[in-house]
Amino acid sequence: MEEILEKYKTTKEEDVKVWFKAASVNDFPIDGGACVKYKDKQIAVFNFARLNRWYACQNICPHKMEMVLSRGMIGDHKGIPKVACPLHKKTFSLENGENLNGDMDAIATYPVKIEAENVYIGFSD
Amino acid sequence: MKKVIVVGNGMVGYKFCEKFVVQSESKDFKITVFGEEPRPAYDRVHLSEYFENQDAKALEMAPAEWYADNNIDLITGERVADINRTSKTITTAKDREFSYDYLVLATGSSPFVPPIKGVEKEGVFVYRTIEDLEGMLAYAAKINASKSGGRAAILGGGLLGLEAGKAVLDMGLEPHVVEFAPKLMPRQLDSRSSQVLKLKLESIGLNIHLSKATNQILGNGAIVGMEFGEDDMLDVDMLIISAGIRPRDELGRACGLEVGVRGGIVVNNKMQTSDENIYAIGEIALYNQMIYGLVAPGYEMAAIAVDQIIGNAASLMPGEIDMSTKLKLIGVDVASFGEPFMPASKGHSIIFENKTQHLYKRINVSLDGKKLLGGILVGDASDYSMLHQIYLNGMAIPEDPSQLILPSSEGGASFGDVMDLPDSAQICSCESVTKGQICGVIESGEAKDLGDVVSFTKAGTGCGGCKPMVSDLTNAKLKSLGIEVKDSICEHFDYNRQDLYKIIQVKEYTTFNEVLDSHGNGGHGCELCKPLVASLMATIHADTANKEYAIQDSNDRFLANIQRNGTYSVVPRVPGGEITPDKLIALGQIAKKYDLYTKITGGVRVDLFGATLSQLPLIWKELISHGFESGHAYGKSLRTVKTCVGSTWCRYGMDESVSFGIKLENRYRGIRAPHKIKGGVSGCIRECAEARGKDFGLIAVEGGWNLYVGGNGGANPKHAELLAEQIDNDTVIKYLDRYLMFYMRTAKPLQRTAAWQERLEGGLDYLKEVIIDDKLGIAEDLEKEMETLVNKFECEWTQAVNDPEMMKRFNHFVNSEEDDDSLVFVPMREQKMPQPWN
Ligand code: SRM
Ligand SMILES: Cc1cc2nc3c(=O)[nH]c(=O)nc-3n(C[C@H](O)[C@H](O)[C@H](O)COP(=O)(O)OP(=O)(O)OC[C@H]3O[C@@H](n4cnc5c(N)ncnc54)[C@H](O)[C@@H]3O)c2cc1C
Ligand code: SF4
Ligand code: FES
Repeated sequence: MEEILEKYKTTKEEDVKVWFKAASVNDFPIDGGACVKYKDKQIAVFNFARLNRWYACQNICPHKMEMVLSRGMIGDHKGIPKVACPLHKKTFSLENGENLNGDMDAIATYPVKIEAENVYIGFSD
Repeated sequence: MKKVIVVGNGMVGYKFCEKFVVQSESKDFKITVFGEEPRPAYDRVHLSEYFENQDAKALEMAPAEWYADNNIDLITGERVADINRTSKTITTAKDREFSYDYLVLATGSSPFVPPIKGVEKEGVFVYRTIEDLEGMLAYAAKINASKSGGRAAILGGGLLGLEAGKAVLDMGLEPHVVEFAPKLMPRQLDSRSSQVLKLKLESIGLNIHLSKATNQILGNGAIVGMEFGEDDMLDVDMLIISAGIRPRDELGRACGLEVGVRGGIVVNNKMQTSDENIYAIGEIALYNQMIYGLVAPGYEMAAIAVDQIIGNAASLMPGEIDMSTKLKLIGVDVASFGEPFMPASKGHSIIFENKTQHLYKRINVSLDGKKLLGGILVGDASDYSMLHQIYLNGMAIPEDPSQLILPSSEGGASFGDVMDLPDSAQICSCESVTKGQICGVIESGEAKDLGDVVSFTKAGTGCGGCKPMVSDLTNAKLKSLGIEVKDSICEHFDYNRQDLYKIIQVKEYTTFNEVLDSHGNGGHGCELCKPLVASLMATIHADTANKEYAIQDSNDRFLANIQRNGTYSVVPRVPGGEITPDKLIALGQIAKKYDLYTKITGGVRVDLFGATLSQLPLIWKELISHGFESGHAYGKSLRTVKTCVGSTWCRYGMDESVSFGIKLENRYRGIRAPHKIKGGVSGCIRECAEARGKDFGLIAVEGGWNLYVGGNGGANPKHAELLAEQIDNDTVIKYLDRYLMFYMRTAKPLQRTAAWQERLEGGLDYLKEVIIDDKLGIAEDLEKEMETLVNKFECEWTQAVNDPEMMKRFNHFVNSEEDDDSLVFVPMREQKMPQPWN
C-alpha cells in the first residue's frame, strides 16, 4: 500500500518538467471534479469555478487508500479551498494538501494551467 | 539546559509534555520521552472506538511531528530497562544510556492476570493496547469464519469489563461477563442498582454470571471453556481478562524507590518519589495509598509535576480526589459520583427505582438535608453532570431533595441551571477546565461558538462526558451576552434549515450559487450546506438530483451508494416488495452479466453490489428496459414501503396491505426529505411488516387503517405513534401528505421523523391538531405542495441514461475509457467482496 502513496509527490510549479494535456475545460463539472489518468497515476482535478481556479491532487484518499477523491465535494473551510472525501468526509486543502479535519498526512498536489480551453497538469516526471 | 527524561508515553506521560511546553520556563529544559509501545501516545480511554474503524491515527493524542515541533525527543518502541540513581542515568533495552536531571515515571499499569490454571492458552486476551485489540479482532474473525454463534467471556464485571462486553457483542460473538463479586461494578454500585443494570444489560444481549470464581481455563492449546466448580462450566471460544490493573513499578522497585505493599511508587503531594529528583505520575503513582485508575487525576498529577520541576513550589496535589465516573457504554447509562454507598450514620439515602424501565436513581444527602454527598444513576444518567456539579461545589439543594431525581411527571422539578454554578466549578475534569475559564473565553470574544470554546480550553476533549454541559454552558453564556445562538447549518450560512427553506421558496432561487451569494457569508460552500440546499431545491421545485449534480451528496451525485472500495451498489425499486418471476430472472441475469454481488436487503428488495462507476449507466439501461426504476437507496428520500402479504393470501388479513403499500410507495417515490423515509403496511395487528418501526406505518383493523407516524430502527429504535384510527385509504393519503410535507418543511438537516416528532413542541397532541384539525390553516398548502411533487415525479436514472451529457459523469477517467485498475476483489461464498481494509 505504501508504494502506491510513494507515487504521489507534491509538485511545485517551478519543478514541472511535463505539462500534461488532460482534457478540455468543458469535460469537467462546474465546481466539481473528475479523474485524470497520467501514466500509472490517478489525479483528481477540480474546476473551482467560484474562485475561477483549478486544482489537482492525488485521487487516492490516504484514509482507506481508495481512488475516490475526484468524486468528492469541494468547498472552503475558513477561506481555504478544500475537497471532502466521498467515503468518510475527511477534508483536504486543495492549496497544500493538508488534512483540515484531522491529522492525517497531507495529500500530494499538482499545479494546473489552462491554455486554449485545455487543462494541463504539471508533473516533475 | 536541564534534562528531563519521561519514562512512558501513555496518556499521562503525553499530558506532562503538553503542559510542559506551554510554560515559558520550558526553554531551559530538554525533554526526552521513552515509550515502549510502537506508536506515540494514544487515547486509551477511547480505545474501544478502534473496534469501529481500526483507525489508530484517529486515537493519537498528538502526531509524532508534534513532539519534534516542540523540541521534544520522542523515542518509541524502546523500553527503559534500568535506572541508576547515583549516576542519574537510565539504560534502555537497546543498551543505550541517557543522563537526566529530573526523571518522570509515567509507566502506567498493566492488566492484572489472575493466576488461573490455563490463562496462557491461545484465545485469552487482555484489554489495554491497540495491539491487544488487533489480536482480538483477528481471533474473533477466525471464530466467526469457522462457525456461527461463537462465544467470548469477559473475566471481570467492572467498568472496563462491561465495555469489553459491548465490544464482544460488536465483534459478532455472544458475550458472557463473569464476575467474582455478587454484583456488577462492585466499586461503584450498590446491590440494587447493580441488579437493575444486570437486567438492562441482559436485555441488550449480554449474559451476566455473578459470584463465579474461575478455577481453570479449559482447552487443548486454545481455550474452549471455563470451569468454575465441579459440573459448573461455560463453553467459550475466547476470553478477555479485565480483572483490575497492576502498576508497572518494576523500574522503581529495582532502583530502590519506596513502593506500596500492593505495588505502585509512593509519591508525596509534589508527585515526588522517595528520590527528590524522580517524580511519578498517572497510574504508576501511589498517592494517599491509592492508585487512581482514571485519567483525570493522572492529568492533574502531570500538571503538578510540571509546576514542581519548573520551580513553582506552591502547586500541590489536593488531598481529596474525585472518583466520580460515568460508563460510556452505548445505550446504557450508568454513573456514580461522590460517596455512592452511605452508612445511615452519615446521611440519608433517597432511592427511586423502576425495574420495568431499568431505572434506578439514588442520592445520598447529609443528615441536615442541605448537601448532596453522592449518588448512583442507572438507566438514565442525563442528570449526572448537574448532580455531579452540585456535589462538587457543595451547592444548596431543594428542601425536598427527592425532586433532584424524580421524573418531572411525578412531581420532580427540573433543577439546576448551568449559569447558577460558581465560577470555580470544574466542568471538564479531564482537562481541569472551570466554568470561569469557559465563560472567560466567550466574554473576551475569543470564542464565538462551541467549536471555539473546545479548541481554546480543551474542555470535552478527554473522556467526553462533560460535552453536553460544555455545550449548554456555551449557549447560555452566549445568550446572556445577547449573542443569538443559532442552529445554523455551517460556517457559510447563519440560517437554519427552516429559514433557508422559506428564503428559497419566497425568493424562488433555483441554483446553489444564487442562495450562497445572496444569503451566505461570503465563502464557497462545503459538504454540509451544498447537499442541504440540493435537498431543499428538490422539495421546493421537484428537482431531481441530476439538476445540479456537483452540489449533491456523494451518493446522490452518482445516483448510487458508494461502497468501501469506491464501487457502487444498484437498488431498483420493487414497490411493496412484490415482484414478478420475470423481473426476478432479469435481475439475476443482469447481476450475472456484470458479476455483481447479490443480496436481499432488509428493505424487501434486491441490492446488487460492486458496480464500477462506468458500469452504472450500462446496468441501469438494462434494468430500465425490463421495467425497473431507481429505488433511491442513495437519497434522503423514500426508500421502501414494506408490506406483508395481507388479505389477498393470508388467512388473518383484514385488508389488502400489498395493494395499498404499492400505492403509497409509488406516490412518495423520489421526494427528497431531511432524511430518508420508510413505510410499512401490515394486514393485521400481527404486524408482519413491522409497520410501527417505520417513519409511517399502517395496520389494518376492523373498520379501516390505524396510521402510525415517527418510528424507526437504526441507532435509536423508536416505535411509531398512533396518529389516527380506523380511517379509510383516502384519509390515510390526506393525512400522510400533510404529515410528510410538514416534516419536510420544518425538520433539521438529517433529522429522521422520530427525532423531529420527539422535539416538536406540544408533542403528539400538537401534531394531531396540525395534521387532523388543521389548527395552523396550512393543510391545503401542504396537500398542494405534495401533489406537485407527486405529479412531477421522474425517474432520475431514466433521465440520466437518456442524456449523453449526463452520462459523461459516470466515467472513471475524463481522458481515458479505462476503468479503475486499482480495484481488488476476493471470492466469498460463491460470490465476491472487496479486499478488506488493513
Ligand atoms: C442494503 C441494506 C442492508 C442490507 O443488506 O439489508 C442497508 C445498507 C445501508 N444502510 Fe441501512 N440498509 C438497509 C436497511 C436498513 C434498515 C431496515 C429497514 O429498512 O427495514 C434500517 C433500520 C430501519 C430504519 O431505517 O429506521 C437501516 C438503518 C440505517 C441507518 C440508521 C438510520 C437511523 O435513523 O438511525 C443508516 C445511516 C443513515 O441513514 O444515516 C443506514 C445507512 C445505510 C447505508 C446507506 C450506509 C452508506 O451510506 O453506505 C448502507 C448502504 C446500502 C447500499 O449501498 O445499497 N441504514 N437500514 C438495507 C437496504 C434496504 C433497502 O432496500 O433500501
Ligand atoms: C479500555 C479502557 C477504557 C478506559 N476508560 C476510561 C474512562 O472511561 N475514564 C477514565 O478516566 N479512565 C479510563 N481508562 C483508564 C485510563 O486509560 C488510564 O487511567 C490512563 O491511560 C493512565 O495513563 P498513564 O499514562 O498513567 O498510563 P498508560 O496510558 O498505561 O501509559 C503508560 C505507558 O508507559 C509505557 N511504559 C511502561 N513501562 C515502560 C518502560 N519501562 N519504558 C518505556 N515505556 C514504558 C507503556 O507501554 C504505556 O504506553 C480506561 C482504560 C482502558 C484500557
Ligand atoms: S449495512 Fe447498515 S448496519 Fe450494515 S454495516 Fe452498513 S450501515 Fe451498518
Ligand atoms: S477513505 Fe477517504 S475519508 Fe475514509
